[in-house]
Amino acid sequence: MKKEFASASAALEGLLFDGMTIASGGFGLCGIPELLIEAIKNAGTKNLTIASNNAGVDGFGLGVLLATRQVKKMISSYVGENAEFMRQYLSGELELEFTPQGTLAERLRAGGAGIPGFYTKTGVGTVIAEGKEHKDFNGQTYILERGIVADLSIVKAWKADPSGNLVFRKTARNFNPPAATSGKICVAEVEEIVPLGSLDPDMIHLPGIYVHRLIKGPHEKRIENRTTRKKETV
Amino acid sequence: MADAIKGWDRNQIAERAALELRDGTYVNLGIGIPTLVSNYIPAGVNVTLQSENGMLGMGPFPVEGDEDPDLINAGKQTITELPQTAYFDSAQSFAMIRGGKIAMAILGAMEVSEAGDLANWMIPGKLVKGMGGAMDLVAGVGRVVVVMDHTSKHGESKVLRECTLPLTGKAVVNRIITNLGVLDVVAGGLKIVELADGVSEADLRAATEARIVG
Repeated sequence: MKKEFASASAALEGLLFDGMTIASGGFGLCGIPELLIEAIKNAGTKNLTIASNNAGVDGFGLGVLLATRQVKKMISSYVGENAEFMRQYLSGELELEFTPQGTLAERLRAGGAGIPGFYTKTGVGTVIAEGKEHKDFNGQTYILERGIVADLSIVKAWKADPSGNLVFRKTARNFNPPAATSGKICVAEVEEIVPLGSLDPDMIHLPGIYVHRLIKGPHEKRIENRTTRKKETV
Repeated sequence: MADAIKGWDRNQIAERAALELRDGTYVNLGIGIPTLVSNYIPAGVNVTLQSENGMLGMGPFPVEGDEDPDLINAGKQTITELPQTAYFDSAQSFAMIRGGKIAMAILGAMEVSEAGDLANWMIPGKLVKGMGGAMDLVAGVGRVVVVMDHTSKHGESKVLRECTLPLTGKAVVNRIITNLGVLDVVAGGLKIVELADGVSEADLRAATEARIVG
């Protein structure tokens, strides 16, 4: 079956429904599926639960779905860069399931790997542990966290081949592989689709079995916090 | 009055914290003062910095024009890579954190308690940011060093008997480095390790709500 689609909207055709759960890759604005987010905005799908480390910024990334009030709930570890998020959360309009960053990554990985739950030390003795099963192993206390299986994963990679094999670039890999695996279906947007056989099979970061549909950029790739040093200080 | 005593400034706190680094180890530096620690790594000490968004071997900020949107640290700042750099995904990143492979984390704090409890992620009803990777780091790394101001702007101690803010971790802090000095978390309370320049033991005690032992 052909995985390549002509546009983000075409790639999402038949996959979106109100009340669905979406896992999204990205860290801050780095490696986010910006085209698919925009297409979900245009589709107007509502009451979304989104598992994503961050919530974008006002007007870019997942921030655009917050502005249109399409999000019912976020599962995130850090949302400090988004004023609209704070406003909706503090006024009770938006649900938030704060999940420690490593726990979120592992929940996505576990969900995709057929593991419904796992024990972790992270969050023991904090509000995160409230209501969760506690269990001791070798004299240490752990809490039970649940795997996440999303209805849809949206991810961003650097290169793909037509079979869906993905290669990421530098720290833009971040949550994309675990998010991709957690979805019942995964749509990836990439900067380049290269011919079959041109990616080294030993250098594939995410095998095509996890990727069902593909689209190609261009991407804006906005920088959130541009920080530089002066040449002479080196 | 505690608020009249300055002690170390931010850079001096970072410089003191850099003395905690051990040669040949992997270390995670938090956002804020901890980031400054990398400016003061002692000569002869080789540490590999981990960035929890998926990188080992973090290099300095790029020169202007060399910024790469695909290369950032956990504070979302543009950075550079080094010859030994490795990239990986977030699940792998926290596997090495949770798995105890990272020797030490140096983190900021809003409050710390005499039992080593740390609060650095949330002010209820006011500031909603999130814990990011801090809860995983304090639960997983070998040693947790906290760098912070000893008192609030109003002169109230932030080194407390018990934290008032939601915790990041319970009994997780090993050492506290503030503008007034260095304290270790030991049985029964905190032990003074070192005083900052121009700070007396009486000054430190007066600015500390937590029990000081030894």
